[in-house]
Amino acid sequence: MNDNHILQMKQSTGFQDSMPQENVVIYIKDLHKSFGDNHVLSGFNMKLTRGENLVVMGKSGSGKSVMIKCLVGLMEADSGYIEVMGKEVSTLSQETLDILRADIGFLFQGSALYDSMTVRENLEFPLRRHKNKLGNIVDTTPMVMEALENVGLAHAIDLMPSELSGGMKRRVALARTLILKPKVILYDEPTSGLDPITAKEIIGLMRSIQKKYNTSSLIITHDVDCARVISERMILLVDGINYAEGTYEELLKSQDPKVEAFFKK
Amino acid sequence: MSLSLVDKTKNFFIEIGDLSYFAGRFFKEVLKPPFEFKELLRQCYHMGNRSLVLVSVTGFIIGLVLTLQSRPTLIEFGAVSWMPNMVGISIVRELGPVITALICAGRIASGIGAELGSMRVTEQIDAMEVSGTNPFKYLVVTRILATTLMLPLLVIIGDAIALYGSALVENLKGDVSFQLYFNKVFDALEYGDLIPATTKSFFFGFTIGLVGCYKGYYCKKGTAGVGVAANTAVVFASMLLFFVDFVAVFVSDIFYEL
Ligand SMILES: Nc1ncnc2c1ncn2[C@@H]1O[C@H](COP(=O)(O)OP(=O)(O)OP(=O)(O)O)[C@@H](O)[C@H]1O
Ligand SMILES: [Mg+2]
Repeated sequence: MNDNHILQMKQSTGFQDSMPQENVVIYIKDLHKSFGDNHVLSGFNMKLTRGENLVVMGKSGSGKSVMIKCLVGLMEADSGYIEVMGKEVSTLSQETLDILRADIGFLFQGSALYDSMTVRENLEFPLRRHKNKLGNIVDTTPMVMEALENVGLAHAIDLMPSELSGGMKRRVALARTLILKPKVILYDEPTSGLDPITAKEIIGLMRSIQKKYNTSSLIITHDVDCARVISERMILLVDGINYAEGTYEELLKSQDPKVEAFFKK
Repeated sequence: MSLSLVDKTKNFFIEIGDLSYFAGRFFKEVLKPPFEFKELLRQCYHMGNRSLVLVSVTGFIIGLVLTLQSRPTLIEFGAVSWMPNMVGISIVRELGPVITALICAGRIASGIGAELGSMRVTEQIDAMEVSGTNPFKYLVVTRILATTLMLPLLVIIGDAIALYGSALVENLKGDVSFQLYFNKVFDALEYGDLIPATTKSFFFGFTIGLVGCYKGYYCKKGTAGVGVAANTAVVFASMLLFFVDFVAVFVSDIFYEL
């Protein structure tokens, strides 16, 4: 109730013209974030529409992870407007935020598997609190199996994360992200630290998941190959702003030195 | 990077402030449902299990050594029959709780610091948060409760084993039967000895859990951060333990006078 009220207030104070339309899933306007003197984001804008694959590319340390963490409320932005599926993130109460998060999948840069739990327990963990979304599930095994089969790791269900290779960890993390059937998936460097072949496998999985569940994806990467294969649209994050935008081909043709730097071999 | 004494003192008080805030958050969250009973039990088992052997061995040796060392002096004064009273009171009132707490600071606080620290660094805590579980509740509250509940238990076990060690010496060297020894110990002890000691142990446990969680939860990024978290958790916890001990003895002394 209260949240809606605040949202409407915001809308009536000058946000109308730039307000996102129906099919916009994520909307970021003028996002600022600094750590002390380190101005990481200084006016970043972004829009992700339903069913789209958007790639955000930027150098290491350019603030990609910071941006994505502001999106899910893990970090507080200094200023700016962030809306995810029609809700302004910074105004949500803990409960509403948790409900919203059930619709957002987040694949962490380093997989972030809970290393004191088995693969099965890792996958069951998100189910503990999001029962409201799924109804009262008694037996979680079919869900865990389905998610693991999606990434081709059904046999690893009782292993510990320490017994998995880097690529397998990433796939389990992907399965954990998928288990709640999110509408949007945020990938933080899905292919970093993997060899090219495993990276290709992960990209293949991402695409098949996208087709199967019709999700929207925001992919953060500095891997040009990954961007070429998966992106429908790209944003280059340079100096804390969305420096350039367009399809892969469009950006490839650009004469701007900062854009060219991304594609130089 | 070497800091001046002023900066160090300032940092110390900032740290104390942050720690108090952290403790406040614990008390706020501990009463709010949902409760993580399963994880609490797991942590209790884990912590008890991890320090039981160490506490037992140390307790036994302390009892043994204390008795062996004080025997000659007590014999000189012709007061060796007071051995159970002296050892009993010193172990139950002070040595048992403090030594057990120090061992647990080394074992448990560093363990928690390292565990939570590496979870922080590898974004597992963030992952928990986005999957709708309050990581403070799931990780911190359960661990602090577990140490608070388990430390008094460990102290009691440690005390008992220390007294057994002492009785063993008396039995071998002084021909005192175990039954006589323990009868004398229990005659010497009063509730006035047991209650402050047990209460103190709860606070010790709380301190250990609090410092370990605090250091781990706010661990700096990078693997070096995890080492620092584990290390400073032990140092900070041990220091605070003595402070808590001082306050506890001071307070119980006031009650004793009344
Ligand atoms: N919690 C934090 N405290 C202080 N500074 C931070 C914090 N998190 C990130 N930064 C700083 O913000 C900047 C951007 O970090 P971020 O992790 O977003 O980079 P990135 O674009 O994801 O890089 P990479 O590709 O290496 O993951 C870095 O300079 C980093 O030092
Ligand atoms: Mg990053």
